[in-house]
This record gives sequence, C-alpha cells and structure tokens, in this order.
Amino acid sequence: MYEKKPIISTDKDWALIWLYAIIASIGLVCIFSVEFRANDDLIKSLFAFKKNYSKQLVYLIACAVIAIFILLTDSKLFTATPNILYVVGILLMIATFFIGKNVNGSRSWIPLGFMNLQPVETCKIFTALALAKYLSRNDTDFSKHKSHLIAAGICFLPIVFSLLQNETGLALVYFAFLLPMYREGLPPIYLILGFSLGVLLVVTLLLPAIQLIIALSVIAVLMLYALKRKMKRDKSIALVIISAWALSCLFVGIMVPFIFKNVFQKYQADRIFSMVGRDNPFVEKAMDDATVDIKAVKKGKDDKENYNVKQSKIAIGSGGIFGKGFLKGTQTQGDFVPEQHTDFIFTSLGENFGFVGCTILMVLYLAMLLRIVMIAERQRSTFSRVYAYSVAAIIFFHVAINICMTIGLAPVIGITLPLMSYGGSSLLTFTILIFILIKLDADRQMVLR
Amino acid sequence: MPVFNDSRKNVIKIAFVALFVIIVIRLFTLQVITSKYKTLAEDQGMFRKVVYPDRGIIFDRHKNAILENTVISDLMVTPNKLKGIDTFGICEILQIDTAQFKKKIIELIIKNGRSRPSVFEPLLSEEKMAKLNESMYRFAPGFYLQERSVRKFPYDAAANVLGYTAEVDTNFLKKHPGEGYVAGDYAGMTGLERSYEKVLMGERGIEYWKRDNKNRLTERLEHGDYDTAAVAGQNLYTSLDIELQELGEKLMQNKLGSIVAIDPRTGGILAMVSAPTYQPNYLTGSERRKHFSELFLNPALPLLNRTVSASYSPGSTFKTLQALIGLHEGVITTDTRFSCAGAFYGCGGGRPMRCLDFGTFDLREAITISDNTYFANVMQRVINNPKFPNVDSALYHWDRYMYNFGLGHKLGVDVPSEKTGNIPTPKYFNKIYGQGHWNFCTFRSVSIGQGEVDVTPLQVANEMAYIANKGWYYTPHVVDSIDGGDKLGSLSKYKKKIRPMEIPDSIFNAVHDGMQGVVDKGTGAGAKVKDIVICGKTGTVENYYRGVKQQNHSFFCGFAPRDNPTIAIMCVVENSGRFGGTYAAPIVGLMIEKYLKDSIVDKARIERVEQLSKLNLMPPRIFVELRKQDSLRHSKDSAYLLAKGFIKLIRDTVGIDDDQLDKEDLEKANKEKRNQQPVKENPKTDALLPNEKNKQSKDSLPSNKKQP
Repeated sequence: MYEKKPIISTDKDWALIWLYAIIASIGLVCIFSVEFRANDDLIKSLFAFKKNYSKQLVYLIACAVIAIFILLTDSKLFTATPNILYVVGILLMIATFFIGKNVNGSRSWIPLGFMNLQPVETCKIFTALALAKYLSRNDTDFSKHKSHLIAAGICFLPIVFSLLQNETGLALVYFAFLLPMYREGLPPIYLILGFSLGVLLVVTLLLPAIQLIIALSVIAVLMLYALKRKMKRDKSIALVIISAWALSCLFVGIMVPFIFKNVFQKYQADRIFSMVGRDNPFVEKAMDDATVDIKAVKKGKDDKENYNVKQSKIAIGSGGIFGKGFLKGTQTQGDFVPEQHTDFIFTSLGENFGFVGCTILMVLYLAMLLRIVMIAERQRSTFSRVYAYSVAAIIFFHVAINICMTIGLAPVIGITLPLMSYGGSSLLTFTILIFILIKLDADRQMVLR
Repeated sequence: MPVFNDSRKNVIKIAFVALFVIIVIRLFTLQVITSKYKTLAEDQGMFRKVVYPDRGIIFDRHKNAILENTVISDLMVTPNKLKGIDTFGICEILQIDTAQFKKKIIELIIKNGRSRPSVFEPLLSEEKMAKLNESMYRFAPGFYLQERSVRKFPYDAAANVLGYTAEVDTNFLKKHPGEGYVAGDYAGMTGLERSYEKVLMGERGIEYWKRDNKNRLTERLEHGDYDTAAVAGQNLYTSLDIELQELGEKLMQNKLGSIVAIDPRTGGILAMVSAPTYQPNYLTGSERRKHFSELFLNPALPLLNRTVSASYSPGSTFKTLQALIGLHEGVITTDTRFSCAGAFYGCGGGRPMRCLDFGTFDLREAITISDNTYFANVMQRVINNPKFPNVDSALYHWDRYMYNFGLGHKLGVDVPSEKTGNIPTPKYFNKIYGQGHWNFCTFRSVSIGQGEVDVTPLQVANEMAYIANKGWYYTPHVVDSIDGGDKLGSLSKYKKKIRPMEIPDSIFNAVHDGMQGVVDKGTGAGAKVKDIVICGKTGTVENYYRGVKQQNHSFFCGFAPRDNPTIAIMCVVENSGRFGGTYAAPIVGLMIEKYLKDSIVDKARIERVEQLSKLNLMPPRIFVELRKQDSLRHSKDSAYLLAKGFIKLIRDTVGIDDDQLDKEDLEKANKEKRNQQPVKENPKTDALLPNEKNKQSKDSLPSNKKQP
C-alpha cells in the first residue's frame, strides 16, 4: 500500500483532477444555495442527510473513494473487460423493465437502497469502453462501411432501450459517440448529413410543411439550373440533387409528423415546439365540446411546459453582471425554478453569481474539454484515444444541451449538467468516466495496445 | 494510424470553442443587455408590502380627542390549511350555513389562490369578535384574526365636519395619480378627513419581502435594509368645542338647518352643526355599506353639510350690512328717519314691500324692529346715488362692499364642498333683463335680503364676526394647529387678518346698538341670556321649493358679549314657519349661554333645551318623500335600489363641489332642473320676489339629489 502510493501521485493529469474538483465544488455550492434558507440550522441539516446538499456531499466523498480505487486498479482491467461490461450494462437496462422504479414517469431507475441507479447513465461508460475496444482492434478497418455499421450498432443499441424507457433526452446523448468516430476516420459526410438533417428538422418545426416543400423545390430547381454545365459532364449530380430533394420532402412531409405523432410523447413534442415558440401542430384536433374543455384545461398545462424555461431565463437574466450574491437570489430562494437542484442547477449559478460567474464556469468546462482533447492526442494507443474522445464528447454534449436548455436555446430534455447537478447516478458516471481516462493516461507509457 | 485524421482534432476543438462562445454571447444578452428579466424577477420574487400608518387624531379646543383610531379584526382564512377544522362551529358563530361557507371558500380560492390568506369576513362586529376570540384555537391555523386600524368617534358628534373615510374608487384614483393610492386604500371623502387627507394619512412605509412560487411572503429582503418605516399621520388641533357641538346637534334634532359658531378673535369655528346629522360611528364598522345607503337615500340629506353647502337668502339678517353700507356711503346718518306707512312705495305701483310696524324710525330702531321700508330706502339711496353715472356702477360699488364682508365668494374654510352663494352683479342682471332694462326697483327685495341674494350659513356667521370685530375677520377655519408643524402650509391663510376696508368704529357702534336692541327689546328677544349682552338680528326668509311657497326659514345671527365679543353665531331652521325670533333666536341664546357660561345650570333653561330638541320642525315634504321611498322599496327589489343608491352616493358625496362634479353629472342635473321648471316663472307672482326663477333653482338644487 505504501509503495503503491507514489504510483497514484505520479504522472496523473493533475490539471484535469483539479478541474474536476473545482467544478464539483461549484456544483455543491449551487445545490446548497438552492436549498438553504436563512433560518436553517446549517450544522444540523448538514448531518441529518435529509437535504440534497448534504446528500450530494456524501456522494462526492463516495466518488472520491471510487476515484482513488480506480486509480489504484490496473489499467489492463479496462482494456480487457469492455465487452463483458457492455453486456452487463445492456442487461441492466433490460432489468429496469422488471425491477425498475418509476421516477417522474420513466421506469429507468434501479433502486439500490442508498441511492437509485440509472443504467442509461452508467451504460455510457460501458459503451465508451466498448467502442474504444472495437475501434482499437487490430482487425478493424474503420475505412469500411461494415465497421461503421458495427460501431454505430454498439453506440446506438442503448438508445433503443432508453427510448423504450421514455428517456428520450438521455438517449440523445449517445449521438455524442459520432464525435470519436469522426476523429477515427468516419467520413464527414455522415456528420454533414446529420447536421443538415438537424437544420432541416428545426426548419420543419418553424415552418408549415407545404411552404417548406415549395421552398425546397425552388432550391432544387435553382441548383439544377446553376449546375447545368457540370451536369453535362456528370449526370449523377442531377440524380444526387433530385434524390436529396425527394428525401427532404419525404422527411418534412411524412417522417417528422410521424415521429412527432408516434415516437415522441406528447409532452416531449410540446416541449420541442415550445422552444421554437409554436403550438404543437400534430395534436389531434378536438372533436366535441368535452374535449374542448379538456383542451382548455390542458392549455394551462401547456403553459407549465413553458413555465420551466421562462422561470429559468428569469432567474439567469436577473443575475446581471455580478449576480445578486451568494444566497441572495430571490428566484432561487422563492423556489420559482422547478427542478433547480438537478437539471436547472445552472440557474442558481446564473442568478447568484451573474454573467461573470457563468463565464468562469464556461471557461472551466471548456478548459476541461480541451484538456481531455489534449490528453487524447498524446495517447499512443487507439483505445485510450477513442475513449478520451468519447469522454470529451459526452461531457460536451451534456454541458451544451443542458445550458442551452436553461437559456432557451434548446428544448427541455432533462439531461444533467456534468458534476454540477444533484444526483448520485450522474455524478458517479462522470467521475468514473473521467478517472478511467486519468488512469489510462497515467499508464500511457506502459503498453502499446 | 492514418495521418490525415490528425487535423480533425482542430475541427473538434473549434467546434467546442464555437458552441461555448455562442452560449457566452447568449448569456451576455440575457444577463447584461436585457433588463426585462430583472423586472420580471422583481415582480415575482419581491413584494412591496405597504405598511399603513395610523391616521392622525383630531382634538377639540379642550384637547379632547373627537376622532381617533381603534382596532377591529378581519377574519382571515388560508384555504389549504382548512383540513380538520370545525366548520360547523365557525358557521354557527358567523351565522351562515355550510353551503355558503363552501361557496365563499371556493370564491376565495379562485380569487386569491389556495395557499395565500384571504379575508373571509372583514370588520367583525363586537359580538362575533367576542365569540371568535374564545374559540379561535378550534379554527387555527386555517383561520386567524388580523387586526386593522379603523376610525372611531368618541363623541359620536360633528359627523359632517369631521367627515368619513372610504375605499377609494377608480374615479378617485384617476384624480389623484402619483400619490401612492391603490385600489382598496382608504381615503378621506368628506369633512376634515378629506381636506387634511395628506396630513392625516401620514407617510406609508414600504417593506420589501421575498416571495416564493406560491406567492407566499417568506422573509424580509436583506433583513429589512431597504425598508422605509411608516410615519403616523399628524394630529390636528381644532377650535371646535365638542360640548357646544353636541348641544347644537341636540337642539337641531328633528329639524333641517344649521348652526355655525365662530370665535371672532381667531376665526376658529367653535361649532358647525348641520341638521339632520348622523352618528359618525355609523360609517366605520362592519355595517358601513348598509348604513351608507340608508343615509344616502334619506330625503333629509343627512350627508350634506348645510353649513357650507346649502345657501339661503339671508332675509333680514342682511339689514345689518345694508346699514353699514348706507352709513359709510353717507347716504344716511344714524339719525336719518324713514317712516313706514304699511309698505315701501318708493317704486310706485306694483306690489309694494310690506312693513309690519307703522311709524317713523331712525337706524337703530329700524334694525331693532327689522323695518323693511327703512332699508329699502337706504339701498335705493345707495344705488341711485348721483355720484354714480349709472345703476351698473352703483351696484358694482355695492357689490364691492358685500365681497369685502365675505359674501358672494368662497371664504376658503377648511371644510370641503363650500358654496359661493350669490351677490347679484350688474352682469348678472344684464344677462337676465338686458343692459339698461333694470334699475333698483327691479331688485328692491335684495335690500331686505330676499330675492337674488344668496348666502351660506358660514358666510353669515363670518359676517357676524366681521361686525363684532368692527371691521376685520380671520378666514373661518376648524383646524388651529397641526401636531408636528404645518409642513404643507395649509394653515397659513388662516393666520392672516383680513381688513378689507376702513370703516370707522362709530358706524359699527350704531349697528351694534341696533343689534343689541333686537335682543333686548326687539324681534330677537328669545335669544336673551341673563347677564350677557348679546347683539343679534333675526331673519324670516320666504322661500320656494319647486315654485311652491314653503314655510319661512327662521334665521338668527349675532355675537356676544357686545364688548370684546368671543362668539359670533348664526342659526337657520329651514321651513320652520313663524319668524326668525321664534325658533332660531332661542337656539342661539342657549348656544351662547353654553359657550360663555360653560354650562347651562338654570332649571328652566335646561327644560328649554329639552323642549327645543323635541320640537319637530321637519317640513312635511320630507315625510311625503320618505313614504314614497318606502312604497318604492316594497314594490322594487330593495337590494337593487340600495346598491344603486350606494353607487350614486359615493359620487354625490365625494363630488358635491360644483367644480368637482363630473361634467356628465352636471349636465344631468341641469336637465333635471330644466324639466322641473318647464315654465319660466313670471316675476310678477310676488312683489317680494320679483325674480323667482333664480330662487327656485337654488332651492331645488339640493332637492334634486334626493329623488329616488
């Protein structure tokens, strides 16, 4: 034990560890400011473990223990077991259908007594390891379509279970794995396609289908006209444009309505539309007076969907440049922002510490991401590099979506802010993700995999 | 490992940085540029709680509180804490059934939400209060009592002088923008409560509270560092003598009319009785709305302050002023004699102005016996004085005197709704008769205080103070001083001695002689008080109501004691019949006795008080209208009438001043007036009143308001 200690402290990426510690502490302070009231007895509530901040403190200590444990293990463990771990993760997700606990309408939690485990969260670790394992195999040639499909299969299998569990938001996170795949040679056309699909989706939400189809047709005709000369040389261009046009129209006219009617829950569709400021056009029209009444009642509920974002924006916006000061935020103290300790924890930072505080946090996250990219690029093994990029991608996706959703740039899809949000599952997942990376990085000189 | 992929790390880095920059820019607009969210946050996260200070207390001249504050409780309810509460018990105490109870709770939830306290029953009566107090533990925590400061009148007197407070309406809010009133506030509506509103209301404090998502107040913002404390209203010290006021109100029971008593040395009003009056505590408690409607619908107009808002022809009390003018103009001397041969024939034919006592009188005697012919001659001499080129300038000159005596314009008393009265001007007659088509004979009845001249009781009392002081007066006022200083300067005008013109004392002495004679041996003998030299003048005022001649008004005005006078007083009993000396004079006598001797001890005099207070001189038309109203109330839905009356009442009592009446209301009133007088009355109907048109409109104006 004594001899091993130097091993922990040497060659660890202390910058990343410090960033981890700082962000996690800021998170604890924010959770504290959400729950603490001026007349609470600090000592008493801290040790009663009834309050979220005291529980989060316990989780942090637990995470620190686990982090040390990871650093003490042999890094070969992570290169040898990904396939088994991945299968265990998938099995855990399936298990939720039988022993799952219903929390806020989704049966995605497994009660462990002292905390609730969300397999979708933890499965991210296993997926990252499995993807790294697959891509680092000697017989994987990532320039072939077959290997693209297999890699995509590894990443997107959890999405299926996650969708079945009504956890659309968490499912989306798995799209983050496109980033390491891109780094390993996935043709950019996939990302471009994905990106334009996203743009098309947003435009579809903003405009009525007929107008959009007309606009698409006009663009297609113009492009055909502009590329007239080139087409004479290469007929396939025309084919590409026409098929793209046809696919887009199909997407706009049939796919999106289908997805919104059948795949998404009504509340999810409502949220997405509330973000772009429109009523959900895919709701069945009311037929008789009774349903009109129900609709009127629901109208109030729809306002509630907007309520979260509105309150979140008010809380952040009222912070000003320097914020109202620690524990002085009226919106936070008045419990105006729902779910403030979990998904909307950023609002408490925004209100109490203002633009300066928010910017500092953003810089910290960016530093963490760039640090991980730097770590990734200094790895000799593909396994470590892919894993590192996976970690960066997951963190980036979480931070970007979560903060965009609190400031009204993204729909509310219930994903946490890494290391900040209250909750053992999320904190544990990111701790393990980061510390496996640190362990792999520490051992980068050891073996060439 | 393919080398070409190496550049992709930069793409990824750029993507990271780009998105973070977008987020920071968005945060910048949200937090630094836009201020919308800050106000939104203040609106919902902060609550400005207005702390109402106690209104100022009003004291009389002997430092007795005549208007103070007391505490009444509101029963408050928090609907979401009602579980397990003894509903039956509370229903029993409040005398409602459970269905009503449920309905009320649901209404409150809709109005105010489930978790915020709302008023279940405001201003609990003493009986309910007592019952609730002993069993409140059964209804806690859903119900609780919240104390509230309410006005209280310890003497239950001087209602119309002190006025009342009421909830402000939208009209009021429109007229007083930027003064911090919000709907639901109380403000003075009449009397001193209204004219000294700014002094009495004090300064409101503001407490900043944090508010949570259910709109509950949680704690003080920054431990109250931004709060401003409420400053209690300033107390008012008045010149009123509450016992004198009470005596006056007792004497005027069952009568229409008013008494005004002024201390001529200071202009301070000692008593201001408007009859009928009401018990001011009627308009403070839980039943206030009901009482309000009752008072409003009463055809005797108890809410009208007749001392300043009603005007009458002054009748013979005007002769004292005519004597002053005649003497000062030099058209007569104290020894000038005119004879009464039964009537005034100075204008030749037509219907002559009668005089009652035959004989030849000098000035003093003429005042004493109230000789019409004498003063008709005096005024004829003033108007037809050859030093004036025409009757216009002569009348104008005469008007100047009257204005200087305090008539024909608002005196500026600190009781609201003062009327101007009327002193006929050349312009006024030109309008009616046309330039050059009128002369003294046209308005000869003005010489004896009938016809076109109109005065308020306050103006008469002030005129008595003027005569008593031999040529000066202070603007009459109720409030002498303000506790803590007169910050708004509202009292400065009452500290200025007004001496509009120089009239030698000898002239006043002659008039005083005549007025002393009135009480000693003349028409006003009823006012006599043992050991006190009183100067007075009676008046018997003929009047018309909607073109029909009514019983005479009984007037008496005077001052006492003659040397160094300390009280100037006037009394009018409307439609009493008989003469000024019959009713008004004894009332004034008793008032003077009470004030100067501090109390009425003599048994016979006490009996006289009782006798006078029991005397019912209400004109029959009041009873007729009361009966009409009763039958109307039976035939129509009474609640509807009451509600309607209540709405109209607020308008009428708040805006009784002509200049404050809504234009719409004025038009309506005019239309009514026109409808009531379809025929332009012939001036020939009565010689005493050559121009009745004016008279009628004036008499019928207050009556318009009591039409149901």
